[in-house]
Amino acid sequence: MAVTLARPGVARFLARRLAQAVPTVLLIIVVNFLVLHLTPGDIVDVLAGEAGAATPEYVAMLRQRFGLDRPLAAQLGSYVWGVVNLDLGFSFRHNTTVLHLVLDRLPATLVLMGTSLGLAVALGVVFGVTAARHVNRPADGVIAVLVLLSYATPTFWIGLMLIVLFSVKLGWLPTGGMMTIGAGLSGFGRGLDVAHHLVLPAASLSLFYAAIYTRLMRASMLEVAGQDYVRTARAKGISETRVLYGHALRNALLPLVTVVGVQVGSLLGGSVLVESVFGWPGLGRLAFEAVQQRDYNLLLGILLMSSLLVIAVNLVIDLLYAVLDPRIELR
Amino acid sequence: MHRFSLRHLAVLATLLTLLAGAARPAFAQPRAGGTLTIVQGAEPASLVSGVNTSTFIGTVSTKIHEGLLDYDFDFKPRPALAESWTVAPDGKTYTFKLRRGVTWHDGKPFTSADVKFSLEEIWKKLHPRGRVTFAKVTAVDTPDASTVVIRLSDPTPMMLSAFSSYESQVLPKHVYEGKDFTTHPALNAPIGTGPFVFKEWKKGDFIRLEKNPSYWDKGKPYLDAIVIRIIPDAAARSAALEKGEVQLGVFNPVPLSDVKRLTALPTVKAETRGYEYFAPMYMMEVNLRDEHLKDKRVRQAMMHALDRKFIADNIWFGFAKPATGPIVSSSPFYTTQGVPQYPYDVAKANAILDEAGLKRGAGNMRFKVSLTFPPVQPEIPRTAEYIKQALGRAGIDVELRNIDIATFIRQVYNWEFELTQNYLYLLPDPTLGVQRLYISANIKKGTPFANAAGYENKDVDAAFTAAQTENDQAKRKELFARAQRQIQEDLPAFNLLELSFVTLYSSKLVNHTMGADGPYGSFRDTYFQP
Repeated sequence: MAVTLARPGVARFLARRLAQAVPTVLLIIVVNFLVLHLTPGDIVDVLAGEAGAATPEYVAMLRQRFGLDRPLAAQLGSYVWGVVNLDLGFSFRHNTTVLHLVLDRLPATLVLMGTSLGLAVALGVVFGVTAARHVNRPADGVIAVLVLLSYATPTFWIGLMLIVLFSVKLGWLPTGGMMTIGAGLSGFGRGLDVAHHLVLPAASLSLFYAAIYTRLMRASMLEVAGQDYVRTARAKGISETRVLYGHALRNALLPLVTVVGVQVGSLLGGSVLVESVFGWPGLGRLAFEAVQQRDYNLLLGILLMSSLLVIAVNLVIDLLYAVLDPRIELR
Repeated sequence: MHRFSLRHLAVLATLLTLLAGAARPAFAQPRAGGTLTIVQGAEPASLVSGVNTSTFIGTVSTKIHEGLLDYDFDFKPRPALAESWTVAPDGKTYTFKLRRGVTWHDGKPFTSADVKFSLEEIWKKLHPRGRVTFAKVTAVDTPDASTVVIRLSDPTPMMLSAFSSYESQVLPKHVYEGKDFTTHPALNAPIGTGPFVFKEWKKGDFIRLEKNPSYWDKGKPYLDAIVIRIIPDAAARSAALEKGEVQLGVFNPVPLSDVKRLTALPTVKAETRGYEYFAPMYMMEVNLRDEHLKDKRVRQAMMHALDRKFIADNIWFGFAKPATGPIVSSSPFYTTQGVPQYPYDVAKANAILDEAGLKRGAGNMRFKVSLTFPPVQPEIPRTAEYIKQALGRAGIDVELRNIDIATFIRQVYNWEFELTQNYLYLLPDPTLGVQRLYISANIKKGTPFANAAGYENKDVDAAFTAAQTENDQAKRKELFARAQRQIQEDLPAFNLLELSFVTLYSSKLVNHTMGADGPYGSFRDTYFQP
């Protein structure tokens, strides 16, 4: 497969896509900035509200210190200038730089997102192929019911029910958090500890997506199964499993890859609920709290990071098309 | 013979069991060791209460830092960093003798210079309430390393209630001096004198504090470590308490509807003491600029239309009681003498409104009014729904506006509201917590928790102003009584319920609530019993 990627067009393709991303990101920054400033209330209102008291001088002092007394255009200008110089600004709420906050949370989000996405795709492929193989037979029916249930149940509710069952009643898994506090683990032990904490949040987050991918895979497998090359493979006399996984699957994956690419963004959003329920220290929750606290600098930083992530993932997906189906040209 | 000895044994065993059971609380010795995990719903903004006095900071910060004094359940001061103190008879000089041999967590000695720095540079300049509390301070003298003398231009009797580790934290001069305090990195990794030392903050997950081995109170603290875990979801907090993963939750850690279920477990108990300091009052602010609400009779009729006992028992699950005026019943300045009351009486409410000339019109309603509230606790929207129904019975059409706290503060304190509901902390002294809502000098647009109603009454202004500097406790009490009578007559705000917050704790945890500001205690006496 590496051979397929080493085509002369790839470098030019990457350069062109990256160049296109620059104005997109700039536009995202400006729109985000303006929309956020339309919401009533600012961080000073929130801080004063939390403090439960304030004097006019105190409020004015905070606004001046945070630069909120300047005209909007000036604030936007200095923000964009900062971003161009890789300075995402300062979070007055957290008393540290936005870059530090975002980078601190990014690994937790990537671990949760990666695991959930991987799990959802794996479950989706296995169940989708199985359903297609046994189309309109009992196995297909059972899978359809399971899919409908996990599609229709709210993610946070599944999360809570998993906590009640596996943590409170059975005591097998922790109720939340990302690691055992103060255990002082390192290396493999630490990884195992995080994995232990990851089971429930990843399971809750992936169920919904697994359901979508199962339906998608089933439909696309059925479509591919009718094509000539699959019939040829069957005629060769190889086993049905090899026909499905070795020949049909590769082409049937294309629609799934497209949808995964689109959904990476919404997976970031969906993780807000799961991160809140499981106390997972990820970006989704940080973003949600930043909205409530009107911590614009932080929120803009997270939105910027998310848009970069979505752009990067879509680039990878485009490359993946070419790998899965060499007939697709990178342009 | 055989049977006899068996019976003997049984009796002996019963006796022993009884004795053991009775003896346990009486002879319980504090046991050292263990890690206490406290659950919080939100991440604190920093770990120092100097500028931001939010609850989430307070619970953590007060384990690391200390104040000059500490308070028992009756607001009586106890020694903390100050071993003794005297207030001059004219109320204009406070002298504190500091504890000797106290060191900061970085090993530097604690001296009177730290107290002078904290008062002059932080409490008086940056603290949202300290600016008022210490306004009359003219000088802070430090004749030697363990003496602090505070001089005032006028007596400020409420000052003695403001030296707790939450309200007026003593901070190290050598760390903060000469730098911008509000963005100082030490706010996220603080250095204090308290029983617990800051170790680690994994944002969004937990904060870890460890026992201070060189704490001045030898043998304390008993706990090895305190961990504060951040769990934003209320149901997940319930699960963590139920499983015993966390052993303490303060300021209503779970919805009140869940408290009964959790306390039915043998492992979880509830405590409602320890919130007297905050005195949370559930109230409706009223915009007196509104054409209907400016009529005193309308406001009185509205109070008659609300069954506050019903709200307290059914929506707040009994963790509240009807208030009788603008000051809470646990305050030493509380009175009901001559304070008008408005018992639940819908017929009377309707009669007053008829008399005020507000006829029922379309939909059998007299007029329309909006009720703005922030959903900071699940009980608040429920109460709003009740109020809509109850006022509807008196022909007042209430439109509910549920908005987040930032929008709420922006709109209400820019006077863009008609009715609100929310709870406010009235704090130990009325000069600090109550006066701000009613004196006309505090009608300031854009200032949160000020006199948003636009209420102006010369008698109330005069009483509150005189009480600020009145050194005679009895006279001060009379001044506040005058204010209570007038405010409850005029109803510029509806003081509905005195809330009692709930602390949930593991039944093994001892000495977690030790004074009127329980969750803000130092926890140096806290331990786990076997």
